[in-house]
Amino acid sequence: MGILEVKDVGKRFGGLQALSDVNLSVKENSVHAIIGPNGAGKSTLLNCLVGKLIPDTGSVMFDGQSVLGRVPHEINQMGISRVFQTPEIFGDLTVLENMMIPCFAKRDGHFRMHAVRNMMADREIVEKAEAMLVDMNMADKKGMHSASMSRGDKRRLEIGMCLAQEPRLLLLDEPTAGMARADTNNTIDLLKQISDEREITIAIIEHDMHVVFSLANRITVLAQGTPLVEDNPENIRGNPKVREAYLGETA
Amino acid sequence: MLGLNNKKDFTLLLVVAALTLLAPFVLNPFPSDSAMAQFNAGYPDLMQRFVIFGIFAVGFNILFGLTGYLSFGHAAFLGVGSYASVWMFKLLSYNIVPAILLAVVMASIFALLIGYVSLRRSGIYFSILTLAFAQMSFALAYSVLSNPKFNLTNGETGLQVYANDPQVFHRAGLPDVPHLFGLSMRSTYTMDVGAWSFSFNVGYYISAIVLLLVFYLAIRIFRSPFGMMLRAIKSNQTRMSYTGLNPRPYTLAAFVISGAYAGLAGGLMAAMDPLAGAERMQWTASGEVVLMTILGGTGTLIGPILGAGFIKYFENIFSKINDTVLHQWFAFMPDGMEDFMVFVIKPFVGKGWNLTLGIMFMLVVIFLPGGLVEGGQRLGKWIKNRGKSKDSPAKTEPAE
Amino acid sequence: MDAILLQILNGLDKGSAYALIALGLTLIFGTLGVVNFAHGALFMLGAFCAVTLSKLLQLSFVTIDATKKDFLGNPLKVETPYVEAWFGPEIGASIIDWAVPLSILLAIPVMIAVGLIMERGLIKHFYKREHADQILVTFGLAIVLQEVIKYYFGANPIQTPPPDALTGVANLGAWFGFDLPYPIWRIVYFSFAALVIFGVFAFLQFTTFGMVVRAGMADRETVGLLGINIDRRFTIMFAIAAAVAGLAGVMYAPINPPNYHMGMDFLVLSFVVVVVGGMGSLPGAVAAGFLLGILESFASTTWATTTIPGINQIIIYVVAIIVLLTRPRGLMGRKGVMED
Repeated sequence: MGILEVKDVGKRFGGLQALSDVNLSVKENSVHAIIGPNGAGKSTLLNCLVGKLIPDTGSVMFDGQSVLGRVPHEINQMGISRVFQTPEIFGDLTVLENMMIPCFAKRDGHFRMHAVRNMMADREIVEKAEAMLVDMNMADKKGMHSASMSRGDKRRLEIGMCLAQEPRLLLLDEPTAGMARADTNNTIDLLKQISDEREITIAIIEHDMHVVFSLANRITVLAQGTPLVEDNPENIRGNPKVREAYLGETA
Repeated sequence: MLGLNNKKDFTLLLVVAALTLLAPFVLNPFPSDSAMAQFNAGYPDLMQRFVIFGIFAVGFNILFGLTGYLSFGHAAFLGVGSYASVWMFKLLSYNIVPAILLAVVMASIFALLIGYVSLRRSGIYFSILTLAFAQMSFALAYSVLSNPKFNLTNGETGLQVYANDPQVFHRAGLPDVPHLFGLSMRSTYTMDVGAWSFSFNVGYYISAIVLLLVFYLAIRIFRSPFGMMLRAIKSNQTRMSYTGLNPRPYTLAAFVISGAYAGLAGGLMAAMDPLAGAERMQWTASGEVVLMTILGGTGTLIGPILGAGFIKYFENIFSKINDTVLHQWFAFMPDGMEDFMVFVIKPFVGKGWNLTLGIMFMLVVIFLPGGLVEGGQRLGKWIKNRGKSKDSPAKTEPAE
Repeated sequence: MDAILLQILNGLDKGSAYALIALGLTLIFGTLGVVNFAHGALFMLGAFCAVTLSKLLQLSFVTIDATKKDFLGNPLKVETPYVEAWFGPEIGASIIDWAVPLSILLAIPVMIAVGLIMERGLIKHFYKREHADQILVTFGLAIVLQEVIKYYFGANPIQTPPPDALTGVANLGAWFGFDLPYPIWRIVYFSFAALVIFGVFAFLQFTTFGMVVRAGMADRETVGLLGINIDRRFTIMFAIAAAVAGLAGVMYAPINPPNYHMGMDFLVLSFVVVVVGGMGSLPGAVAAGFLLGILESFASTTWATTTIPGINQIIIYVVAIIVLLTRPRGLMGRKGVMED
């Protein structure tokens, strides 16, 4: 049993069958990549996992519990964090404040009213957030307005914010899209480090084969809304069906 | 100090405290028989308006400034507060304590109901919904809840205290106007110093102390985790939900808090003058508090108070200017010039104050979205940079 | 039966006004993505076009008729409107009589000009700003417009009668064998509104221009990529929406004597209409406009107001709240339109 079990999931938009019969099992503490050509349904699948979309058929189980019918913040509280294609951070807030919010969410749940207590007086939260910034190599940026950072730094902050919640599953949606090569390599190193040092499962949707083969130890190939094959990277590389459906396009 | 571990916040609180407590002096800089006396603002009822609208705007800013949810219906809560207070005067006594308490409670309940429905949507929808609710409350107060069978608001006339009202706790010896355990809101001590005359009014000082308390509370809210969550909602709701936080209870809490502030302002208004009318709930009144907040500086602590003071001051000055005054001003000009100047300025003063207000509204939104606070900061920076050499980089300071 | 029919008819004139304003709001909103709080003021400006023209037409010069005396025994001063002097008394008098319908000719260019100036001069700069800023600046503009009108025309409503031929009451029921008296001007208003609505829809449906605008409402970016200058079309669309609101106002002048705050009164209700109909849905705006107008008319019957006093004042809001709670997108709202 994997930590995330997707069974027979189907999703239809009007006349378009975006997903059909998707079965997927993500093993605990693995790095699982989901790849596929444009329009293969990768993003739709991801949205079904985090509660943004509700699949028409099938089931999605996380750690033995169904996520279907739950809204995004509930699913997040179950232990699934998501990194977006374009970094979603709190642009009006400072870097430290950005990092404090997930710390509050982890400790206090989806809503708690601390209306008169000074937020900086909450040492537990501030220290945790600062430690996380050190981990992310961003301690020097803590007072910065987060919107004014580079894209690579925003990405780093977003990943850090997700980790601050100590999730069991980290979902990444094309984390290196639109990044320069150096930033891409930094992100790969960061993710490698995360999966080595933490008890965490990573599921990654990616277009860039370089990223996929440097990180993943399990790969699912999605084509036309349905999984083509699921295997380890070596076998995927040699699989003729995959070459035809996907690698053939880019080669 | 006082739990404010940011030195700037404490200084700000001290400044506001000094300004409000010394207002009778600060606002009356001109001798009472001089020509400039018309620019004095140290009259009890005007000073009361400054602080009461300040309270209203400070509360509105907790919602709009922090979460970015633009409510166009906050006057409804102010109206509810006023009606609740006057009812307390009618039923219990002229003591303002139960009246203001009920005002806050009723306004909060209203805000909870209206907020619960309106906050199901955001952006434009939210603004339209709050506007519709406020207009509905206005219609309810103006006509629906004022009929022979069930008269809650006394319609067009407005709710007021009559001699045959029960007033069960009223005793002989207590003043026949709103009072605080016998201390009449209207009692005023006038101090004459040379040509100057300063008025110290009980109602004003009570309102001012309330303003200081709720301003202090607002600072605490701004600096609290709750305040940070509200700013996070304004910044990025998607990230908020994907961080396991539910934005709705946070926004609802902010809505209710700002509604309670409005109710408090409404209650104080009734405490200064025991009368409540439906026009207090109209959309123009809601628009006014939006304008005060924006003019002062949305999302800043001091902005709403500045905005409220600014608007109420100029409303008072502008409304007093009429043809005669204008002709006096321009009397030094040749006749044709004089008439021309009067002709040009006249639409904007006296009854034309609303036109000036509308133009100011547009100018601020277009050119100075950060309001007076941003204007002040820009000015300060400009002066600083002029003094310094050009190579020192401009430091961006967070708006306070 | 005839009582019900009468209430439906009574709702049509207000419903027409709601529908026309809501139609313009939706057009602006759908194409430009801007909520125009000054749209009610455009309606009001239309009504004051009618007031202005009828005042202009009544401009007179004074002659002294020495043959007649007034009650003080002085020579009688006779005021002759210039139009009567120019076109002869009969034609002149009928021009004055028909001032309101004639105002349409004045209102169209005036309102188009106002719309163009507004969009190019103000709204254009707010496309990229927050919705809150758009609301605020148009709200400010609405205040300015209504205060300017108040300054020149005063605060009191100004009676603007319809032409003599169209005053009075027609018995609509006579054709069906029962009594159903109904003011003629309201029939005119409804027919006029229907014509304008039909015109707007036909324009959007059958012209290339309309096709591009509809496509732009659905997906602005793609249409922009096709190399079509969508912005200029949207500017024209704004002018058309302004003209529609203005026309609604012109013809409404005889029903409700224009005053400076009529725009805001209608605007709030028209917003509710748009929300009920479904943001971004043109048929929804029209349908909801008539529906709520009729509903309001039913709520104004003596029976309704004695059962629940003042129900006519709040019925629209109550309906809006129920609709929003049960169908958050409105009656005909599309998914994805203003979902934020």
